[in-house]
Amino acid sequence: MPIIVRVPTPLQKYTSGAETVETTARNLRELFERLDQQFPGFKQALSKADGTPQQFLNIYVNDEDIRFLGGLQYTFQDGDEVLLLPAIAGGA
Amino acid sequence: MNYLVHLKCRECGRTYAPEALAACEQCWAPLEVVYDYGRLWADLRREDIASRPANMWRYRELLPLNGEPWVGKQTGFTPLVAAPRLGRVLGARELYVKNDAVNYPTLSFKDRVVAVALSKAREFGFETVGCSSTGNLANAVAAQAAAGGFKTFIFVPADLEPEKIVGTQVYGATLVKIRGNYDQVNRLCSEIAQKYSWGIVNVNLRSYYAEGSKTVGYEIAEQLGWRLPQNVVVPMAGGSLITKVHKAFEELKKLGWVEPADAKFFGAQATGCSPITTAAKRGTTEINPQKPNTIAKSLAIGNPADGYFAVKTIRGSGGAGEDVTDEEIVQGIRLLAETEGIFTETAGGVTVAVAHKLIRQGLLNPGESIVLAITGNGLKTVGALNGNLGEVEAIRPKLADFEEHYLSPAPAAAA
Repeated sequence: MPIIVRVPTPLQKYTSGAETVETTARNLRELFERLDQQFPGFKQALSKADGTPQQFLNIYVNDEDIRFLGGLQYTFQDGDEVLLLPAIAGGA
Repeated sequence: MNYLVHLKCRECGRTYAPEALAACEQCWAPLEVVYDYGRLWADLRREDIASRPANMWRYRELLPLNGEPWVGKQTGFTPLVAAPRLGRVLGARELYVKNDAVNYPTLSFKDRVVAVALSKAREFGFETVGCSSTGNLANAVAAQAAAGGFKTFIFVPADLEPEKIVGTQVYGATLVKIRGNYDQVNRLCSEIAQKYSWGIVNVNLRSYYAEGSKTVGYEIAEQLGWRLPQNVVVPMAGGSLITKVHKAFEELKKLGWVEPADAKFFGAQATGCSPITTAAKRGTTEINPQKPNTIAKSLAIGNPADGYFAVKTIRGSGGAGEDVTDEEIVQGIRLLAETEGIFTETAGGVTVAVAHKLIRQGLLNPGESIVLAITGNGLKTVGALNGNLGEVEAIRPKLADFEEHYLSPAPAAAA
């Protein structure tokens, strides 16, 4: 499924400065593989060795936390907007 | 004197120079400020602390500033109050309240972390600062940023309590209301922090900001006569405070300022937003995010950034996590007010109610010393008591009416 990936500043060093990347993938594991093919080395910033997302990386699909959508089981829809955001905020 | 060595990733251990870094560039985990404890041990005596002014900066060598604080100079050193009347109700023999409900200037513990963050922002040369907030942080940043001469953006969920909205806007900050919950506000704020060079206190200044919370721990120990309590009950939103009180106690032990005793840490949340206590009760560090639904809006973070570390702190100390319903929260607020004359906000009600529940469950030992961290003032969440205190009908200004309404049967009149 064609999807758009939004890349925040701390991750742009992996995408040669690109803020958005268009790609296709059926699910999260596949997305990590595709991104790594396009930008060698990107995957190790996003996922652990077993292909699951890094613990402190938040992933949003159309502004919704992917964990509420099924996480690794979620199947991307055409035009989904995926945001990869290091989980660096908190506090109230 | 500056004892800051570097920033260190809490997960993979990689170290960084002390800049405005939001996270580890390898694994995105939060960064811890590391101090030169050897030099601190040699240079600083606890007797030196006693003669310093009654504010959080009496512990300045253990805080991450290079120089003097820019803002929040009178913040901290709030009362540690013995609470025997509340203790009698809970069955607790030696109970204390650490009362940040009267913290200066904005009546919550957030004044501590903001004093550090904005002082550091000035050291880094930031002109624009901001935060994402469920309320207390917004108030604190708005107030201290005004006093510090910063331009300020404050991001909040649109449904925040009106008291907190007014308590932010009045200082002249730009208030950005977001149609969403705190986690969505947080996400947007992270994106903004990552795109513009602003000092967002709980994002790219977070490592420094968080250190301010340690002063809650230092003060508790000092106010108990340089000894650690056996138990501490701490409310949890993002999960940072409980880990920092723990760090403070560990540092005091490292410096030899307290006996090497162990405190048990108990984390408190509302059942309607309990990702951390749920994990703690299940015995796992894996946090499942929730969609918050509770009157305790100051704790309504469904995706707590420090949740993993908070669970580790709780379980590693032999403590426990517990959560309470909205009804129990209101009862907690009233109980503290009626027994000790302290009016706390919903997060404080959570803390009191959770302590009560843990004692009843036999998880918190009422025979040991217990400190309740009361983190914010009741005037900030007045609406939570709506309908709970009973309507009072007005009477005419007549003695007979008063006696009839309030004094039946009549007491003996004065001679």
